[in-house]
Amino acid sequence: MKNFYAVVKKEMRSYFTSPIAYVVIIIFLVLSGFFFYNGIAYFNLVSLQAMRSPYGAPDLNISEWVLGPLFGNISIFMLLMMPLLTMRLFSEEKKGGTIELLFTYPIKDIETVLGKYASCVGVFIIMLLPTLIYPLLIHKYSTVELGPVISGYLGLFLMGSAFIALGLFFSSLTENQIVAAVISFGTLLLFWVIGWPSTLASSKIGSLLTQLSILEHFDEFSKGVIDTKDVIYYLNFIVLSLFLTMRSLESKRWRG
Amino acid sequence: MIEVENLTKYYGNLAAIENITFRVEKGEILGFLGPNGAGKTTTMRILAGFFPPTSGTARVVGYDVVNDSIEVRRRIGYMPETIPLYKDMRVKEYLDFVAEVKGIPRKTRKSKIEKVMKECGATEVSHRLIGKLSKGFQQRVGLAQALLHDPEVLILDEPTIGLDPKQIIEIRQLIKGLAGERTIILSTHILPEVSMTCQRVIIINEGKIIAMDTPENLNKQLQKLTQIFLQVEGPPEEVASQLGKVKGVVKVTKKEEVSPGVWNYIVESSKDLDVRKGLAQIILSHQWGLLELRPLGMSLEDIFVKLVTAEEREAE
Repeated sequence: MKNFYAVVKKEMRSYFTSPIAYVVIIIFLVLSGFFFYNGIAYFNLVSLQAMRSPYGAPDLNISEWVLGPLFGNISIFMLLMMPLLTMRLFSEEKKGGTIELLFTYPIKDIETVLGKYASCVGVFIIMLLPTLIYPLLIHKYSTVELGPVISGYLGLFLMGSAFIALGLFFSSLTENQIVAAVISFGTLLLFWVIGWPSTLASSKIGSLLTQLSILEHFDEFSKGVIDTKDVIYYLNFIVLSLFLTMRSLESKRWRG
Repeated sequence: MIEVENLTKYYGNLAAIENITFRVEKGEILGFLGPNGAGKTTTMRILAGFFPPTSGTARVVGYDVVNDSIEVRRRIGYMPETIPLYKDMRVKEYLDFVAEVKGIPRKTRKSKIEKVMKECGATEVSHRLIGKLSKGFQQRVGLAQALLHDPEVLILDEPTIGLDPKQIIEIRQLIKGLAGERTIILSTHILPEVSMTCQRVIIINEGKIIAMDTPENLNKQLQKLTQIFLQVEGPPEEVASQLGKVKGVVKVTKKEEVSPGVWNYIVESSKDLDVRKGLAQIILSHQWGLLELRPLGMSLEDIFVKLVTAEEREAE
């Protein structure tokens, strides 16, 4: 357990002594801020129009009109940026050879894997926390329903954690960071869109594809629904990826 | 302290080491000698628990390197060949991390780090980024991380490579100073290093041990023949044949022509006979010019080359 903290500390330090964490976090916040502003501005316009002609006006709910789409957009930034955060985790050590020392220190594989995973999740949380300012701003001028905010953030957190776990696995497979990032991104994107052909396929396969989709499981969260099946989907995704990462590290120790 | 039995490691179809067996006693400094690609690093990586052997066993301080890998790793200090360090960490931060994972209690951690940095001469760079350090200082940090937890066994892969002569001497002295309490295995392809620091030498080539003894014994063993270098002005074929007739000469090798009519020769004679006088006489009696005559001592370098090439000849 002590080694776990040591690894977390080392990885966090590494994220923040290099520009990676700062760049990713800043770009992420700039983009999400822009989309938040856009959402609010559009909502204002629609509200104004609704005020002028109350008949036939849509049901104006700020959580549904602004926060819901914002969570959707943030999830897309995560899809683009998480592979860039995770690509270095093992690849960099493999390329630089530092893995040789790391693997000859008395640290168990699981401590290494969980330590690296936790540090990246830590960076992700630091990246996500400032976005809480958006619901707070809305709260200042309007009323925010707490439920959808909580479920939305839970959804984002679970989704991001799943992205990180998969990225960690691909990083353990290669010593090239670009390769790790491209494979992670490609795989995540595939899981993102895998539900799309479900209407074309037979109903059984169609529902299977829908269940596999990262996006489908997130939809409920952004609508304010926390369903155990969605939570379990992401937890499964994380555990399976971490398990594969363990196997991938262990394969080094197989006699061959 | 270290027991290695029939260690074999294959990379695909390529055997990096084959059936290596040796023991190292407590407090001994063992030198691993061999050309590049001989299997030194592979052996050391197996001992350090980085990867397992294909077959055979290795035990360090009584623990198997495969089954009790963590126990082994707790008891060794390992310094890999290229000293892969975290370039974006500061020296002190890095050593702090190493101290933590090596289980040094928080209370003594600081003093241990200070001590080891002083020993290795890295105190002056403790606040600098490792990536910005010169090769020599990186080497010191590499050594410091290996020594940090006072390991019983030290495994050092090419500890002096890439250092300037002054640093090499310092590091060698440091290693020698560590002997006694600790068991040390170090590899090198620089031969004087072995004779200077090690009590026992293993010469390894193409994955096999070809000699294992003290440096002195290796010297004795191989110096059955004395070599004498000659530079003579005169007809080369005749000179060679006349030299061969001197009593005690075993073999004459004609080397290269240095200037018109002047050739170099290597004469090998049995060890107990001094043939220098006879050689000089025969040259003078033929009125050839004797330009140089000196005995060639055998350095570890010669032994090494000799063993390695003898092995190759046998293989053919």
